[in-house]
Amino acid sequence: MSAFPPVPIVSGIAAPLLRNNIDTDAIIPSREIKGVGKAGLAGGLFAGWRYQAGTRDPDPAFVLNDPAYAGASILLAGENFGCGSSREHAVWALHDYGIRAVIAPSFAPIFEGNCLRNGIIPVILSGDAIASLGRIVTIDLLAQTVQSADHRIAFAIDPAARAMLAEGLDAIDLTLRKAPAIAAFHARDRLARPWIYLEGTA
Amino acid sequence: MASLGPGEDLIAVDRVFLHERTGAVALRSLAEAGRRVIDPARVFAVTDHIVDTLPGRTGTRVPGGEQFLDATRAETLAAGIRLFDVDDPDQGIVHVISPELAIVLPGATLVCPDSHTCSQGALGALAWGIGSTEAEHAMATGALRLTRPKTMRVTFTGRVGTGLTAKDMMLALIAAHGAGGGKGHAIEFAGEAVRALDLEGRLTLCNMATEFAAMTGFVAPDAIVFDYLEGRRFAPKGDQWRTAIESWRHLSSDADASFDREIVIDAATIQPMVSWGTSPQSAVAIGGKVPLQPASGLGDADYRRALDYMALSPGQPLAGTMIDAAFIGSCTNGRLSDLRRAAAIVAGRRVAPGVTAIVVPGSSAVRRAAEAEGLDRVFVDAGFEWRMSGCSLCFYAGGDGFAPGARVVSSTNRNFEGRQGPGIKTHIASPETVAASAIAGALTDPRNA
Ligand code: SF4
Repeated sequence: MSAFPPVPIVSGIAAPLLRNNIDTDAIIPSREIKGVGKAGLAGGLFAGWRYQAGTRDPDPAFVLNDPAYAGASILLAGENFGCGSSREHAVWALHDYGIRAVIAPSFAPIFEGNCLRNGIIPVILSGDAIASLGRIVTIDLLAQTVQSADHRIAFAIDPAARAMLAEGLDAIDLTLRKAPAIAAFHARDRLARPWIYLEGTA
Repeated sequence: MASLGPGEDLIAVDRVFLHERTGAVALRSLAEAGRRVIDPARVFAVTDHIVDTLPGRTGTRVPGGEQFLDATRAETLAAGIRLFDVDDPDQGIVHVISPELAIVLPGATLVCPDSHTCSQGALGALAWGIGSTEAEHAMATGALRLTRPKTMRVTFTGRVGTGLTAKDMMLALIAAHGAGGGKGHAIEFAGEAVRALDLEGRLTLCNMATEFAAMTGFVAPDAIVFDYLEGRRFAPKGDQWRTAIESWRHLSSDADASFDREIVIDAATIQPMVSWGTSPQSAVAIGGKVPLQPASGLGDADYRRALDYMALSPGQPLAGTMIDAAFIGSCTNGRLSDLRRAAAIVAGRRVAPGVTAIVVPGSSAVRRAAEAEGLDRVFVDAGFEWRMSGCSLCFYAGGDGFAPGARVVSSTNRNFEGRQGPGIKTHIASPETVAASAIAGALTDPRNA
C-alpha cells in the first residue's frame, strides 16, 4: 500500500518565508482544525498571517498571496522550521495547499518526521544557499540536488527517509512484515520486564 | 530490537498515550485502514486539550470540539483502550497524569502524539513526541522505526538561588543557546542542581526540551523517582516492584559516557526569567531589559517582528510592564508543588484591579490535593479563578480565551504569536513570577513580592 504520492522530483515555484522558528501554531492555528481528519486543511494554512485580521480576505503583504508565488510547491524558510506542537495537521495543511518540499537550514524533529510520512521533502540547506535560489526550483531527491537556473547545490538526506519519500512507502506495512520478530521480542521481554505488560480494560 | 540499516532501528514501544486532539485522528485512521491495535492494554487515552475547564463542565466549548471527544470515546471503546474521560477522577493533562498513575516507568519507551511527551523523561523513561501517523504505526505494530538521535548532556553545576526553579533553568538554557540549540538530540540533564530537583521540578525541566528542539529530555532515575512511583496505580507491585527497582538502578549513564555535545551551566548565575518575544529563546532575567539587538539565531527581521507583535521597545525594562492577565497551569507548571509555591506568594493579598487571574490544576488529582490543603481558598480569596483540570488557556483552539490583544504572564511553555489566541502577547515565566505579577499588575521579580 502506498501512503502518499511518491516525490522523487519536485519542480516549481519556491515561495520565500524566511523567518526563523516558524512554529506549527503559525502553520495551522489550532482553531483552524475543525474536523477529525487529515483532509481539507489548506484553507487554514498560515491563517494568522495569510488573511487580514478577523476576516478571510487575503493580506497582500503575505508571500503566498503575491501573484508571483501563486501555485508554489516549495517553501523556503528559516531555522528550526516546524517547531512547537507535534500536530501533523501542519504537514497535512501544507500538502493540501500543494507544497511538496520545504527548504530550510534546520527543522524541528517531529515536524521533519511528519514530512517523511506525508510526501513532503524536508531539504536542509544553509541560509546562504537558500538566499541564492531563484523563483523556480527543482529538487531531485535521488540525485540529492537542488537546482535553480544553472545553479546546482547538493544536499544530504538520511537514506531511509529518501527511500520512503521517493517510493511513497507505507512504514506500517514495512514494519508489519517484521511482525514475527516483534512478537518474539515481546514474548522474551514479558519474562524480563513483566511490569511493562498490563491487563486489558475488559 | 532490530536494526533496519544505517542509523535506523526498530524499537519496541512500551506505552502509547493519546489525547483527543491528535489521538482521535490516529485512532480513526487506523480503524479506516482496517488495522488492529496490537496490545490495547498498553495504550491509554485522555481528554485534556479541548475540554472545558469551568466548574460544572460537561464537554467542550471549542466550536466543533464535540466531534473530537465523540471520536475519542467511540474509537477507544471499539479498540479496548482505557480512556480517562472528562468526568474520570484520574483525568488531567496527559503529561501530568502519566507519572501520577505510573503509566510511565523508568527504562520504558513511551510515545504520544504531543510534543511535550519529552516531559516524562524525568522518570528515566525514553519518552518522545511523535505525529499522529507515527502513533498509528506504534499502535499497529508495537514498535517504531527510529533514527538514532545524537546525544547531549546539559549539566547544571552548583545550586540555583532561593526562589529559582526548573522553569528558570530551562529558560536560561534556551536563551543562551537558542530555540534550535538542542536540535534532534536526546538530552540528559545532569549536575547537582538537577539531582536536587524533586520529581515535579524534573518534569518541568524535561518538559521544555522540545522548546530547545530536542527529541527528548532524560534524567537518570534515582530514589526520588522510585519513591514517587511506589504504590501508584499502574506501578509494579510486590516482587515485581523489587525486581523492577533493581533493574532501574542500572539506567544511569556510565560516569565516562561520551556525548555528541556537552553544555555546562553554572546554576548559581540563573535569575528569574521572563520572555519578551515570540520564541522561548527570547527570554531575559526579569531585572533585565528588552535586548537592543537580535540575539544570534534570530535575524533582524524576526527581532523587529517580535517587538512589534509584543508592543515592546528595545531597551525597555521588563519588570513593571503592565499585564492584563495571569495564567497558572499547563503540563509545564500545573502540578501541586507549582500551585503551593504560587499560593505562598498570593496568600493574604489581592490580584491587581483589572487583571484576570486564572489557576488551572494540571490534573483532577492535583485539584483534589490542592483543595485538601486549602490552596483553592488562597487563590480564590486573592481574586483568582479556580478551575477544573485540562490544557485550558495554554493554547487557543477557538473556544475559551483571553480578551483580544491581552498581555498575559503565563506559566506555560510557548510564547508563539497567537498561541494563546489572536494577538495575545504571552510572557512565559515560573509560577512564582506569574503569581507575583498578578498581584502587582505588572511583570515582577517574585523575590521582591
Ligand atoms: S498543557 Fe499546553 S503544552 Fe501541555 S499538553 Fe496541554 S496544550 Fe500542550
